[in-house]
Amino acid sequence: MNPAHENVVSTLTNYVFPNDLHVHWSMMIALYPYITGIVAGAFIVSSLYHVFKIESLKPVSRFSLLFALAFLACATLPLLCHLGRPERNFNIMLTPNPSSAMAGFGYIYGAYGLVLFLEILFIFRPTLVHLKGQSSGLMKIIYRALTCDSSNLSEQSLELDRKIIAFLAAIGIPMACVLHGYVGFIFGGIKANPTWATPLMPVIFLLSACVSGVSGIILAYILIKSFRGQYIDLECVKTCTKFLAGFFIVDFTFEMLEIFSHSYLYTEHYHMVDRLLAGPLYVSFWEWQVGLLSVVPLLLLGILCLTRISDASYKLLASVVSFMLLLQVVFMRWNVVIGGQLISKSDRGFTQFHPEWFDKEGILTAIVLMTLPLIILFVLSKIFPFWNEEDKDLNRKEVGGT
Amino acid sequence: MSRTDKTPNAVSGGVPDMATELNGDRRAFIKKVLKGAIGGSLLLVIPLEAGVGEKQENDFDKIPEQIPGIRGQEYDMSSRQFAFVVDITRCIGCGSCCVADKREYNVPDGNYRTWVERYVKDFDDNVYVDSPKGGVEGYQEPRPELKGKIRDTFFVPKLCNMCKKPSCVQVCPVGATFKSPDGFILVDSKRCVGCGYCIQACPYSARFLHPVTRTAEKCTWCYHRVRKGLLPVCVHVCPTKARKFGDMNDKKSEVYKILRSHDVITVLKKDMGNAPSLYYKGVRREVV
Ligand code: SF4
Ligand code: SF4
Repeated sequence: MNPAHENVVSTLTNYVFPNDLHVHWSMMIALYPYITGIVAGAFIVSSLYHVFKIESLKPVSRFSLLFALAFLACATLPLLCHLGRPERNFNIMLTPNPSSAMAGFGYIYGAYGLVLFLEILFIFRPTLVHLKGQSSGLMKIIYRALTCDSSNLSEQSLELDRKIIAFLAAIGIPMACVLHGYVGFIFGGIKANPTWATPLMPVIFLLSACVSGVSGIILAYILIKSFRGQYIDLECVKTCTKFLAGFFIVDFTFEMLEIFSHSYLYTEHYHMVDRLLAGPLYVSFWEWQVGLLSVVPLLLLGILCLTRISDASYKLLASVVSFMLLLQVVFMRWNVVIGGQLISKSDRGFTQFHPEWFDKEGILTAIVLMTLPLIILFVLSKIFPFWNEEDKDLNRKEVGGT
Repeated sequence: MSRTDKTPNAVSGGVPDMATELNGDRRAFIKKVLKGAIGGSLLLVIPLEAGVGEKQENDFDKIPEQIPGIRGQEYDMSSRQFAFVVDITRCIGCGSCCVADKREYNVPDGNYRTWVERYVKDFDDNVYVDSPKGGVEGYQEPRPELKGKIRDTFFVPKLCNMCKKPSCVQVCPVGATFKSPDGFILVDSKRCVGCGYCIQACPYSARFLHPVTRTAEKCTWCYHRVRKGLLPVCVHVCPTKARKFGDMNDKKSEVYKILRSHDVITVLKKDMGNAPSLYYKGVRREVV
């Protein structure tokens, strides 16, 4: 027999507040932090080389910037698809509400985009100047615009470039962290949702951003190089993998810590969080996010970092791990954004979410939005040579900062 | 403080909607009159030279004043402190308030500015809550699936809490949701971008995204009526006076007396820190 009143609230009779039946933030809002996460993570890879001088990352240092740019170009699209009145989106910049975590988005995004773009222009400047000389027609116009029609490659100007690049890369790191930590705070700042309201939220978002960014770089590097039949710098892949392992261990630890402290502290809403993870989210959280896509990659990363395996297996395994971790972050975003909203604020029940294929925020839109950055990356590859060695044909000389 | 002197019609998603709707109706109505479809006697009643729009305003004023001290006076926003009291011990779950609300604002099906919950408690202390269609049809039948003996049952009307520390206002990125100096939390539907952030932030789930305007909407405590000295429509229609509304600065008002009495008064989700201006009298601790 229950002591009277023990279960006054915690008995789940599945009562959902009438306005909670509908999940208001759907897939687009899960996709948005995913894309900005890749941007922040990829940028950090490039900064590890440009700022922290980790030489073995040189082969991907330029590519990762372009990779970040391609995704950054699409970061606002999921938001626009989500807004009820997308035509008013500029209100966020025109009349920002200083107390809103979302209001800074336009400015942070804009400033970060500018820094990234400038950094790319300066890093690629010598290359672009050479390409300008060799191209004609439309391409020449593009290169003239990108170099501001300057062809000055004197030692003095390259030295200035190097300083500017160092500065941009240095301020880029805190900005990338702010961009993504801030995205985490959009959720972490919602006290009404017990799964979101935790100071760990920005930290987890930032770390998972690094994981998805580094994974994206490793996978894209190995795939593009293999596809083109070019040489893969294994040292570079190994360094990336080590960083990936580091980021992921901390990321996964925090993700688990979050769940653990919920269950240990056993506060007011724990019965909801607990039942959410044991019920509607069981498969996508425990089986996919934690089991298949975290524990297995951790083991694989252990093999990659601690044992000696053949180069071919290393490349294969590194690609597999990267792919799995890219997926892990998708599941993590899904479980946080969609999963968190399944809890009704009635504290008595869960609602359901069924993604639609042909909705404005549906599965098809999500697929298109995830394909778009790859198309942009392809277009960028026609303008900016991804790899440093391609420069060698253009210019034997070692060029500024790259 | 330019945003505070908006006319009531410029605020709250529902109101402009209703205005267009009424405009449409008026046009249709005038057409019908001109076609002679509506009897000539009506023409005698409606003074045509007054213009239909003004006529309505006058009608509003003809309804006897329901909140004293508003009509015919300078409306000093900062000197008002409105409070809403829901008396659980009186609510019979008839759903009249929900019907009146739905009519007043043309609330689309599946979304709720206000709703009434039914709580049922059995002898094992299990609590069962439901609110089919937000209670708009009233609770005329017992829940068929509950077989055990029922110990207690009661109804809880819900609406916007008009929080003194509103999390919806805090998070709105464009300032479309704002707090007026007289304490009302309102949505400027002309500014709202429909991001839904306020919907996530409201601990009481009082908000929804209007499917037609695609902007956020919620209960306004009938701001447009209050400014004309009328009670919120749900308060007005409640047959048992379970909903009460008034100015706390008016010591003669019923809400003042209740909130200063020895009654058991509480707010919902106190620990959220939102400091609601909506109080519940006689609420049980099962209520979330
Ligand atoms: S109840 Fe919700 S919508 Fe109403 S003022 Fe409070 S936080 Fe805002
Ligand atoms: S939907 Fe967004 S813009 Fe509109 S009132 Fe809510 S928070 Fe503000």
